[in-house]
Amino acid sequence: MTQTLSTRPVLPAAKPQDLKAFALVGAAAVIWLILYNIIQPLADWLSYNLLGLSPSSHLGSSLAFFFYDVPKIILLLGGMIFAITMLRSFFSAEQTRTWLGGKREGVGNVLAATLGIITPFCSCSAVPLFIGFVESGIPLGVTFSFLISAPVVNEVALVMLFGMFGWKVAGLYLLSGLTIAILAGVIIGRLKLEKYVEDFVWQIKVGKGGLLPDKPTWAQRFEIAWASTRDIVGKVWLYVVVGIAIGAGIHGYVPESALAGILGKGAWWSVPAAVLLGVPLYSNAAGVIPIVHALMEKGASLGTVLAFMMSVVGLSLPEMVILRRVLKPQLIAIFVGVVAFAIIITGYLFNLVL
Amino acid sequence: MLTIKILGSGCANCKKVESIAKQAVEGLAIEATFVKVTDYKDIMAYNILSTPGLVVNERLMCAGRIPTQAEVITWLTNALAAA
Repeated sequence: MTQTLSTRPVLPAAKPQDLKAFALVGAAAVIWLILYNIIQPLADWLSYNLLGLSPSSHLGSSLAFFFYDVPKIILLLGGMIFAITMLRSFFSAEQTRTWLGGKREGVGNVLAATLGIITPFCSCSAVPLFIGFVESGIPLGVTFSFLISAPVVNEVALVMLFGMFGWKVAGLYLLSGLTIAILAGVIIGRLKLEKYVEDFVWQIKVGKGGLLPDKPTWAQRFEIAWASTRDIVGKVWLYVVVGIAIGAGIHGYVPESALAGILGKGAWWSVPAAVLLGVPLYSNAAGVIPIVHALMEKGASLGTVLAFMMSVVGLSLPEMVILRRVLKPQLIAIFVGVVAFAIIITGYLFNLVL
Repeated sequence: MLTIKILGSGCANCKKVESIAKQAVEGLAIEATFVKVTDYKDIMAYNILSTPGLVVNERLMCAGRIPTQAEVITWLTNALAAA
């Protein structure tokens, strides 16, 4: 692309509706903090006082776990998805394409993988994005780094890992997702696979002009963030509740370390099995984490869990079907193979180190 | 007479954009032809990177997001005035 977007408009002065929006978001943040701090005592009171269950009973510990985790995860999802979409409103696919234009392999892969996390992107757009990137001269490997990191580092998965396992595991997930996207992109770039891109892609004439992303006001950004937060939480909350219910059952009823033999570090085949199992589970990423969390308490190992997580979000059948429109089956197979291999290695690495 | 094009492969978001545009047309009580552009060759002629896209009288109005009904009404009114 020859158009330059380097001249940025000066930030407009805060308008009255912006100030109002800031006040609204501030008030919502205070309410959020209060709610977040009362759910633990509330859950205990509900299960042990109101229902009169004993904390040491199976049912009591299961229910207290459920009453605490459901509101906590829903609150975390709401708050953090809002913050993430707010951040994303400062980025766009068009801007990302301009940044990636003319970048060398390596630097380009790192940048593409990073931008893949923060650029707003939905998998329905994988095809136009792929064509638009490749047509503008961005190397195939760099394009793949973007296309891999965008789904592998999934915001819902990230928030849920943070809520259930803490920031260290969430950080590990983020870093390994990035590394996998960078490495897989470099490998695909080195293999010179341009011939396996459907021929029509190279013949498409991308129109001139296009859309220059206009700069939204703060009030509009908050509005966009609120709309996508409602959309995402609305889509996943039921999976979260069902997942936590199953997790709570495991928490209360399955004996400690019952699973160490099957999903522990000792079982070499557990990582590849977890990756295979993750592929068809795409839409249930939100429901899968609470179950996985409960399994870990009973002896499953972290590397296996992270591998499973990344396979659930990164290797999804619907996305492969969409990408099949622009990629020949050979390239789809190589793409899946390289990413699956990278996830498996990551899983083993964590099992080895931690 | 306006021509409104919805660019996209037909996922849930494209359908949302279409229904918002249809409601805007009804609200304004104007006539408009709706065209669904699903072929990527034709979609890419508008140089967009993310779907759904909304085109009014051959002008791309937005891409990769679901516009509000108020926005669409403004675009349609402007397009009518320009026609």
